[in-house]
Amino acid sequence: MKPFVILKRIIFAAALIPAAALLVDAFRGELTANPIDYITDTTGDWAIRFLVITLCVTPIRRLTGWNRVIQLRRMLGLFCFFYATLHFLTWSVLDWFFDFRQMGEDIVKRPFITLGMATFLMLLALAVTSTKGSIRRLGRRWTQLHRLIYLAAVTALFHFWLARKTVVPQFQLMLVAAILLLGFRAWWTLRTRVHPRTSAAH
Amino acid sequence: MKKSPLSTAGEKLTSWDDITSYNNFYEFGPYKEDPKEQAWRLKPRPWTITVEGYAAKKGTFGFDEFIQPYALEERVYRMRCVEAWSMVIPWVGIPLKDIIATYQPTSQAKYVEFVTAFNPAQMPGESTRMLPWPYVEGLRMDEAMNPLAILAVGLYEETLPNQDGAPIRLVVPWKYGFKGVKSIAKIRFVDYQPKNTWQVMTPNEYGFYANVNPNLDHPRWSQATERRIGTFFRQKTLPFNGYADQVASLYAGMDPKKLY
Repeated sequence: MKPFVILKRIIFAAALIPAAALLVDAFRGELTANPIDYITDTTGDWAIRFLVITLCVTPIRRLTGWNRVIQLRRMLGLFCFFYATLHFLTWSVLDWFFDFRQMGEDIVKRPFITLGMATFLMLLALAVTSTKGSIRRLGRRWTQLHRLIYLAAVTALFHFWLARKTVVPQFQLMLVAAILLLGFRAWWTLRTRVHPRTSAAH
Repeated sequence: MKKSPLSTAGEKLTSWDDITSYNNFYEFGPYKEDPKEQAWRLKPRPWTITVEGYAAKKGTFGFDEFIQPYALEERVYRMRCVEAWSMVIPWVGIPLKDIIATYQPTSQAKYVEFVTAFNPAQMPGESTRMLPWPYVEGLRMDEAMNPLAILAVGLYEETLPNQDGAPIRLVVPWKYGFKGVKSIAKIRFVDYQPKNTWQVMTPNEYGFYANVNPNLDHPRWSQATERRIGTFFRQKTLPFNGYADQVASLYAGMDPKKLY
């Protein structure tokens, strides 16, 4: 097997560890005194972490010139969607048990739920258009559509911030990471505009 | 131990494990599991409590001397957190009104202010800027004199564990849990409404009164329902956490919208 394939499989397996750890904790009855809140927080944390990790791919490629790293991006993005889906299902099934009236009211009335829902819908749109077929069919528009990930990063962070009573260290870490990663893109875009020839291959 | 007739009957008690492992006690960190992991750092003995302000009797008292005059009693109360979860806790405590009577507050004393110990070496959260320290809470004098208000020193007939606010903490069951200031070091009889910590932190979300009210939402989430720790489905939250008969008269004529 080629080293890159091995690397990809290792990352795949590692990305499943947080979900597996939740299952193990569940069987051992170690999901704290408030399992639903704990699962909600944990899956939400991992969705944002994978969003940030996904945003690392392009800067790594540009700074190191390691072009193949781009082949990891879809998988990492889908893991973000995977944890976001678990987070959404925990809220809709475990927390509210399909109480659609209450959920609808919360989506409309509570900005932090509105932002969470908006983030999830954006990630859903990105996930369903992540196939080779979609990339081919949508062409240039695919690139435009997938810039939604930047907006999703902003709404996800707002959602995280509003869901807590105080600023927790995990939020600070994710905020700094997102500012650096989005800042890198702004800087890179500006740079390529000023010196189009030196970085024509983006 | 004396069982109090003021105890809440007919509710299943939350387990000792849950009461002592799922805590909001930011002095030990922002996460629910932090207090159980970090609270060993706190030394609840020797401990002193300073009584100050408009009172005939004042001074600094050792913990044993402070509680020695009173008979401990068990009080089972619901505890409703502002985060929409709840527990049923068999506290061991002393009626606050009996303690207040000992210190004979003067007519200038309109409120009681409680202050948590400030000791960053033992309470590592106090060396962060997460909240303004030390933690402060307060009650209007008539609230403090209500028979339901107690200072707790134990639970399940055991000494109060550090993570639950050792050696002594406030319990006011008709208010959201954050009013229950832990590890009290100072009690002041004052003529101003104390600036309680969460109100200072986020004034549009947390007020002075913090009465449990299912009809008045937190700006970011509903307070209509709660999850009782140890059960699956949400249940309806009761006005004044089910203690309206004993406390609603304290707020007669006040706008319930301002009692958050």
